[in-house]
Amino acid sequence: MATPEDTSQDKAPGGAQRGRNGVLMYLAGLFFAVVLTLASFWAADAQSVWQPGIPVLLAALAIGQMGVHVVFFFHISSGPGDTNNFLALAFGIFVVGLVVFGSMLIMSNLNANMLPMDRLMEMQR
Amino acid sequence: MSLVDALTEPTERSRDDTPISERGPAPVHIVVAFGFWLFLLSDIVLFSALFAAYAVLSGQTAGGPIGPQLFDRTNVLIETGCLLLSSFTCGLCTLSIEARNRLATYISAAVTFALGVAFLAFELTEFGRMVAQGAGPTRSAFLSAFFTLVGTHGLHVAFGLGWLIVMMAQVATLGFRPMVVRRLLCFCLFWHALDIVWIGVFTIVYLGAH
Amino acid sequence: MFGILTWDAIPFDQPIPLVAAALVMVVMAGIAVTVILRGWWPYLWREWITSVDHKRIGVMYGVLAFVMLIRGFIDALMMRSQLALAADGAPGYLPPEHYNQIFSAHGTIMIFFVAMPFMIGLMNFAVPLQLGIRDVAFPTLNSVSFWLSAAGALLLNVSLVVGEFAKTGWLAYPPLSELSFSPGVGVDYYLWSLQIAGVGSLLTGINFTTTILKLRAPGMGYARMPIFCWTALASNLLIVAAFPILTATYAMLLLDRYLGFHFFTNEAGGNAMMYVNLIWAWGHPEVYILILPAFGIFSEVIATFSGKPLFGYRSMIAATLSICMLSFVVWLHHFFTMGAGADVNAFFGIMTMIIAVPTGVKVFNWIFTLFGGRVRFTSPMLWALGFICTFVIGGMTGVLMAIPPADFVLHNSLFLVAHFHNVIIGGVLFGAFAGYTYWFPKAFGFTLDERLGKASFWCWLVGFYLAFMPLYLLGLMGATRRLQHYDVPGWQPLMIAAFAGALVILAGIGFTGAQLVVSIRTRERRRDRTGDPWHGRTLEWSTASPPPAWNYAVLPNVTQADAYWGMKRAGLTANNAAQDDWQAIALPRRTSVGVVLAFFATVMGFALVWHIWWLAVAGVIGLAATGVAHAWRTEHEEEIAADVIAESERARRRAAT
Repeated sequence: MATPEDTSQDKAPGGAQRGRNGVLMYLAGLFFAVVLTLASFWAADAQSVWQPGIPVLLAALAIGQMGVHVVFFFHISSGPGDTNNFLALAFGIFVVGLVVFGSMLIMSNLNANMLPMDRLMEMQR
Repeated sequence: MSLVDALTEPTERSRDDTPISERGPAPVHIVVAFGFWLFLLSDIVLFSALFAAYAVLSGQTAGGPIGPQLFDRTNVLIETGCLLLSSFTCGLCTLSIEARNRLATYISAAVTFALGVAFLAFELTEFGRMVAQGAGPTRSAFLSAFFTLVGTHGLHVAFGLGWLIVMMAQVATLGFRPMVVRRLLCFCLFWHALDIVWIGVFTIVYLGAH
Repeated sequence: MFGILTWDAIPFDQPIPLVAAALVMVVMAGIAVTVILRGWWPYLWREWITSVDHKRIGVMYGVLAFVMLIRGFIDALMMRSQLALAADGAPGYLPPEHYNQIFSAHGTIMIFFVAMPFMIGLMNFAVPLQLGIRDVAFPTLNSVSFWLSAAGALLLNVSLVVGEFAKTGWLAYPPLSELSFSPGVGVDYYLWSLQIAGVGSLLTGINFTTTILKLRAPGMGYARMPIFCWTALASNLLIVAAFPILTATYAMLLLDRYLGFHFFTNEAGGNAMMYVNLIWAWGHPEVYILILPAFGIFSEVIATFSGKPLFGYRSMIAATLSICMLSFVVWLHHFFTMGAGADVNAFFGIMTMIIAVPTGVKVFNWIFTLFGGRVRFTSPMLWALGFICTFVIGGMTGVLMAIPPADFVLHNSLFLVAHFHNVIIGGVLFGAFAGYTYWFPKAFGFTLDERLGKASFWCWLVGFYLAFMPLYLLGLMGATRRLQHYDVPGWQPLMIAAFAGALVILAGIGFTGAQLVVSIRTRERRRDRTGDPWHGRTLEWSTASPPPAWNYAVLPNVTQADAYWGMKRAGLTANNAAQDDWQAIALPRRTSVGVVLAFFATVMGFALVWHIWWLAVAGVIGLAATGVAHAWRTEHEEEIAADVIAESERARRRAAT
């Protein structure tokens, strides 16, 4: 893990932890990733989980796993050396969220308010 | 001595009490890695548009097959395993590069490459099976969006494999000079980013299919 | 062998494009012959085409933008003259097929190949100088970006002669742009040229964001960066985040057209509205990609010519970044009428009104900078003052249309056309001209003729109001956009007035050309020997005009915002510095990789448009091979010897004193 004097230096994303902790870091990442993946595959078909909650559970697991990858494989932290990397990532997440959820909101709202496309085409015939 | 290194005049400014933002131009490996980081973010935004298209169009099957009829979760789990393992070996590759260990770099890169090829083989088999069943991308909007989203990820993997070959040739001919090391580390970032996209793919496309 | 390309593709039966194309080719051949006969080719190749110097690349972007401005403006003149004629049953002189191509080409060219290159060119030239560094983060990539943009522009212009251009409007909405309704090659030309240019823009965005965040002169913390660098940062962040959406959207339309996918088709569950949604998720940030650098230029110009520090520097930064974020949450206002419910429309309407708040902050900051300043009415300052008045009107009509019920009335009308020309001409173009006249002496070492510059400004200003105020009225009277003819005789006087306005703008462009020619001819009298012709505030004025290839012999040490102003106040300019022991400087070496990649990209695009598959494959292989071959280039830099730098610095001091 980063030592105190490391955090005051500008850091590159993915900049490896030199020496002893390197392999451990990637091993831990692999372990968490595998556990979360298996949990996702289990949850998708789980009978013991409240069914409407499954999409939320899957989303939570996926976001958790992405976080694991960011921390253990990209080595992004919240230290001052990572400020640029972290802010760029936050901006990226902001845009990705807007594009995906904004599109879904807008299009589902359209579908609720307008005739579906195929029905619209039938009307024009 | 590179341009950016030359710009960095190691004066009393590099003292720790000077804020990072006032220390003058950053060293070249940080500049390159940050530029590549921005590229990766832009790539993820590109995928977000494809995800949005899939999310909106996944119900539009036009009377054709729906997701659960086509997807084989075991296959997906194996694909995921290949990618996760390859990300780990890619991490080992990063460490080998940092240690300037040529043999370890070759071995970890070769394993990464093999796992990437295996992933692509599984994916292409799945695509081929679907097309043979009459569920090709021209069948419905859902399948167009599916093939484009998953196929674009596959294309990225294929591009990464080509890049890895070039990088190994660079290590063999040019050795671990700073330029090559920077590119190798960018490749490793690229490979890890493909995992992040894949988590979205298997969660939304394969596990989210209903 | 040649796909679907046959002799029929050349429009022998249409005199207007044919004559235009012949004329362009004669001019280009003339230029080529002159260059070869005069022996300028080696100089052009070594010093410009293969240059990776950000200043040279910036100038080349400017040339591209000016050339395309003329092309796009000719389209505008044709549209306005057609509409001045085609009233009440008169057909005008442009057939609908041709007219549709003209308005599509006009919009595409003006946004992608005039406004974008102009702004990127100014950023290229000014940002590294203002940051006090020697080049951008990735100089070779910069050259690649420029040449890809030029390749896109070239491909678009080829459509004038070989085949046709899109008839779908500048954003090519499906289902009209789908194969079943646009079977010709026009939409393919549109898509491929913008895909190629779009990659160039994305690479620029990455390059400049990295440059501004990672490479600044020692001491230049974020709160000491010139405001133009801040706006350039916001603009490039938007490029990085928005252009991939455009690429993905066009890729989906291409898959529909080439491989029979069903993203936006009417059949098999496709949804054309998804295209509209995605394209505006790029399109709205794009508006701010263009206007934010212009805001930065105006801030620099107003502060410089008022002789005062920018009022509210920090609030300006906050406003810039708020706009950067907010520009991503308003895109639905481009399609209020598509059918989303009242709640969604209301949300996006309110967000749109909120974005006017930081813009208002900026306007007040500019006015307060002027207040109490010693204002010099130079031509850059005139552009800035003209901008404040004009842009506020454009902004207010924008806020008006942000009200969904009002938008239902005004949508798709000439009111909308007037609004966005109001902000793009009054904002982006005025900004580009302000930047051009402001930094020209820095780029070339002599000032531009002020009288002709002012004449150009007044023509543009008067011409703009004459051309577009009638369009507001016409829009309220019910005239829709993209009309080829109309049956209401009452509209014709206003249409003629708009045409007259376009002619006045033509005079403005003429004056800009004349200004350039006259200034070059009288350049010896206009030499800027001090490097600081405007009594500037930021670092670019502290070096020679034109700056040497290395920009700064020693990187400046920054201790405050308005760094050069502070140095002058403290008597610390380079001209009176005692230092005379110079060190060698490593500079990036020139490379032809940019122009070679652009060549293969053009070949690939042309081949794909015409379905010449073997050539497309050859183009892709060429691109990959060039990239891989470039990876083995090991000598990226060349060293400028210390005595070269010493001689240059001494010569500059002699000239300045």
